[in-house]
Amino acid sequence: MAEQTAAGSRPRRVSASRRRHVVEAYLYMAPWLVGYVALTLVPVLLSLYYSFTTYDVISPEKWVGLGNFVEAFTKDDQFWPSLAKTAYYAGVTVPLGVVGSLLLAVLLNVKVRGTSIFRTLFFMPSLVPVVAATVLWFWLLQPDWGPINRLLYQTTGITPPRWFQDPSWTIPALISLALWSSVGGTRMIIFLAGLQGVSEELYDAAKVDGAGSWARFRHVTLPMITPTIFFNLVLGIIGALQVFTPALVATEGGPAYATWFYALHIYKNAFGFFNMGYASALAWLFAVLIITLTWVQMRLARTWVYYAAENE
Amino acid sequence: MDATIALDRTTSRGKAAERWRTLVLALTYAGLSALGLLFCFPFFWTISSSLKTGPETHFVPPTVLPAVPQWANYVRIWSAQPVATWLTNSAFVVVATVPGAIITATLVAYAFARFDYPGRDFFFMLMLSTLMLPYEVTLIPQYIIYQKYFGWINTYWPLIIPSWAGGGAFTIFLLRQFLMTIPRDLDDAARVDGASSWTILWRILIPLCRPALATVAILEFLRQWNDFLGPFVYLNTPELFTMALGLRFFQTLPESTQEPKTHLLMTATILMALPAILLFFSFQRYFVRGIVMSGLKG
Repeated sequence: MAEQTAAGSRPRRVSASRRRHVVEAYLYMAPWLVGYVALTLVPVLLSLYYSFTTYDVISPEKWVGLGNFVEAFTKDDQFWPSLAKTAYYAGVTVPLGVVGSLLLAVLLNVKVRGTSIFRTLFFMPSLVPVVAATVLWFWLLQPDWGPINRLLYQTTGITPPRWFQDPSWTIPALISLALWSSVGGTRMIIFLAGLQGVSEELYDAAKVDGAGSWARFRHVTLPMITPTIFFNLVLGIIGALQVFTPALVATEGGPAYATWFYALHIYKNAFGFFNMGYASALAWLFAVLIITLTWVQMRLARTWVYYAAENE
Repeated sequence: MDATIALDRTTSRGKAAERWRTLVLALTYAGLSALGLLFCFPFFWTISSSLKTGPETHFVPPTVLPAVPQWANYVRIWSAQPVATWLTNSAFVVVATVPGAIITATLVAYAFARFDYPGRDFFFMLMLSTLMLPYEVTLIPQYIIYQKYFGWINTYWPLIIPSWAGGGAFTIFLLRQFLMTIPRDLDDAARVDGASSWTILWRILIPLCRPALATVAILEFLRQWNDFLGPFVYLNTPELFTMALGLRFFQTLPESTQEPKTHLLMTATILMALPAILLFFSFQRYFVRGIVMSGLKG
């Protein structure tokens, strides 16, 4: 701004310094710009091209028009099922995870002694590498000599589920793993930051109006942190839809394709069967799906997300 | 239920309020402790299993603690599997990537936070939009390019290069948010004194960014240390495996019925998780502050 007011008196010098400013900016931007073109833009366009071909890496690609997409929608046995399983996994993991993180954050936000110990306890699981956590979960839920089933059996007397050996219990097993490792993680810390950003004055005002603690939570806390909820929801959905590692490490998509999620389907087509063209088409459909979902959420956000700054 | 409970004592609502407050406190502690136990149990079980003998891990019903703690498991694991190689490889990838992500992300975030230039807002949106892009869209063509033109399959290059190209949208975003909270007056004062943009970044902003940089360093460390898909696609000889791949490799080895390997698998799991946990504890102070202060909440 200061540069513009000075522009009248010494135009030459200012425009030189302005040019310098822009050039410097682009120099600082350079690593990302180069990376964006080389590692995102060009690959994305290549991926689009490959999606109209069949390509096994060894022999040259062959143009097939919309063939891959037609195959995905009409002939591929695992296309719709893998989407459905992914939706199931994300549809349960994200709401439970976001609500769970919020509840933990609210509990930790009570100003009592010792919360930092609990915060660390809740955070610890998110530090465990996914592969390690999956190996460990596989072991905890081992149907015969795992501790969880033993506990279930002793407390309820019913025959506990066979988790990773039973197609209908594998996804719930993975959901429990995801909740354990993410509920207290960065998402909870972000919620805590959001909660601590709510001004004390608002609470005091609500209290003067006779609002109890639930009313204060419902009508002050919750609206004020809707931006945080929205942020975590959007990132949570994007992340959960791409679930790959736990499913691969635990059962490689099995048993009986039970955890053959969409990302696994892409991976297997690309690097298992080397159908690079078809896998690219699948990946592109995935991108379109995720971008559309995010866009829809942003539209919906206008109806429920409250941005305090805009309304002041 | 919320931050104001502590204040209730002073708002003379008498004994009922006091009792109510005690009840809420007790419930909060009870809830926290129950959840804490639940969260801890997997850790406890891993440690306990890692100290059992092979057959002991398959007892029905399972024993809570090992009869005799097998500390030797922590010695045997090193010779049972090339764990030392895998850990070293993981450490190498971390050392080769994390500084790149921190350095380049700081530069880019600086441009976004402190410069006014045509296209800035467009690039910023473009950068954020890459968060929506599923990994597979770029992974497949990148793999083909690396394989066809660079011969980089089964090398660490595909894992290292992206970190030196901005280090990812999330990292840049976090640092940019943090930089925005530092008053511009500091830059202006330095500029009047003739400081270049580089000096301002290096002498003024970076020292003030320490919590955010520590946060980014931890997140990047975890991302690289934990990464599975990248190494899984690009590395195929066990000598080059990172610990994440090694652990999975070890897990898939067929188990002989006489000598279960679960105890050693748990030992290896702990060896993999330990560096991440230790690192977090030594930087924890910065971490929470970094997230709180970057205003990373929407």
